[in-house]
Amino acid sequence: MADTARKSARGVAPLALSVKGIHKSFGQHQVLKGISLDAHEGDVISILGSSGSGKSTFLRCINLLETPDDGDITVAGEQVKLRRTGDGHLQPSDRKQVDRIRSELAMVFQSFNLWSHRTILENLIEAPVHVQKRPRAECILEAEALLEKVGIADKRNHYPAHLSGGQQQRAAIARALAMKPKAMLFDEPTSALDPELVGEVLKVMRTLAEEGRTMLVVTHEMGFARDVSSRVMFLHQGKVDAEGTPQEMFGDGGSERFRQFISNTIR
Amino acid sequence: MDQIMLLGFGTKGWGGMLLLGMVMTFLVTFTALAIGAVLGALVAWARLSRSRLARFGGEAYTTVFRGVPELLVIYVVYFGGSTVVTSVGQLLGAEGFIGFPSFIAGALAVGVISGSYQAEVYRGAFQAVARGEIEAARSVGMPTLMRFRRIIAPQVMRFALPGLGNVWQLSLKDSALVSVTGLAELMRTSQVAAGSTRQYFLFYIAGGVLYLVMTSLSNQVFDRAEARVARSFRGGLGRG
Repeated sequence: MADTARKSARGVAPLALSVKGIHKSFGQHQVLKGISLDAHEGDVISILGSSGSGKSTFLRCINLLETPDDGDITVAGEQVKLRRTGDGHLQPSDRKQVDRIRSELAMVFQSFNLWSHRTILENLIEAPVHVQKRPRAECILEAEALLEKVGIADKRNHYPAHLSGGQQQRAAIARALAMKPKAMLFDEPTSALDPELVGEVLKVMRTLAEEGRTMLVVTHEMGFARDVSSRVMFLHQGKVDAEGTPQEMFGDGGSERFRQFISNTIR
Repeated sequence: MDQIMLLGFGTKGWGGMLLLGMVMTFLVTFTALAIGAVLGALVAWARLSRSRLARFGGEAYTTVFRGVPELLVIYVVYFGGSTVVTSVGQLLGAEGFIGFPSFIAGALAVGVISGSYQAEVYRGAFQAVARGEIEAARSVGMPTLMRFRRIIAPQVMRFALPGLGNVWQLSLKDSALVSVTGLAELMRTSQVAAGSTRQYFLFYIAGGVLYLVMTSLSNQVFDRAEARVARSFRGGLGRG
């Protein structure tokens, strides 16, 4: 808390999300070896790393799609209650709290994961109406505005199967926004897209960043990491290898391994 | 001419009885399908469960009821049920054999068998639901039950539709075996009509035609439902 107060005094926004010492293993394989991250309101943090570095698992631990083996997660000042079971693993002790916190951390997936039996508009209002119990009419108005914003207002009554990948991902971003989340988690949002469709999704994400939304973005898009994010985090073998502003990281501040990673990526 | 009179609705005609038989066949099958839906959903859930015991129980159910003759199941339910009802009756002071209601016995027996087939249909349908969509439901904070009701069940029903069409047709034909309990459904009525008029060909062929009418009508209903789902759902029932 003292830390937050000090940063606020320096003119830094309050903490939206604070994660400390996340460990996670799958069987014998240790994927995350103690990762911490503080996201202040309005931060856009790009999480980079080669495949297998644990970046997606880290993101999934934050909204508890995976339960970390160890660590603390605090969302907007509220700590997620975890308890240790008999075999030494952590488990959420309050399902309702987990569901509430998940609804505050909207996630955008690599494979979009729109609900295929619902139209685009129904996808957008599903969680606001049924999870957040907000009035349906109000949710529909907001959803229409969001579809307008991501440029697919004409697709409101289409089913996901009838949209291109780029349109589906924009719809998924609109679905995340419809929850009015405190922070957004993007798990490789452009990796499943054809190259010519990547741009339209990145454009939407840029707009969100400019609006001052708090975003954690696991990505392979170096341009986005360098130009849009306020901070860059580079993971290697389950640990933070280097971290800093894009200027530092893409200047001389990054680690030797990070420079090697970029030179391998940009070919 | 006489034969047409026999199939007609006049005083000597069996037309009305045959129609009643059709209605009864429909009712038995429909009830059986509903019973089978409940049993099938439970067995599918058991087979997908993480508990080894539940998985074993589910597997045993499908193995047994898909593996033994339908007629045997009907006998077990009808005579077994009657034995129980009779002994309960004797305790209460009644005398002699009391038959288990044949409609209930028939619907239950066909339902139990239908359940074993429906379980496989639901299991396959559940496995066809994209994991990512269930994960998306978790990620927006949907509690387990809501996830099942709003995301999983509607998709399972869509994926299950073609399989359920098959099960319906199987159950419709299985229901003919219920005639052994004396229930006046289409098979039994055809039999009685054939026996009492000695027009075996006439009535068994008429019965067969009426079964075909029922199966083709219900096929159309299922085809239409499938076409409706195909228009919206993943551009057809294939993965896409």
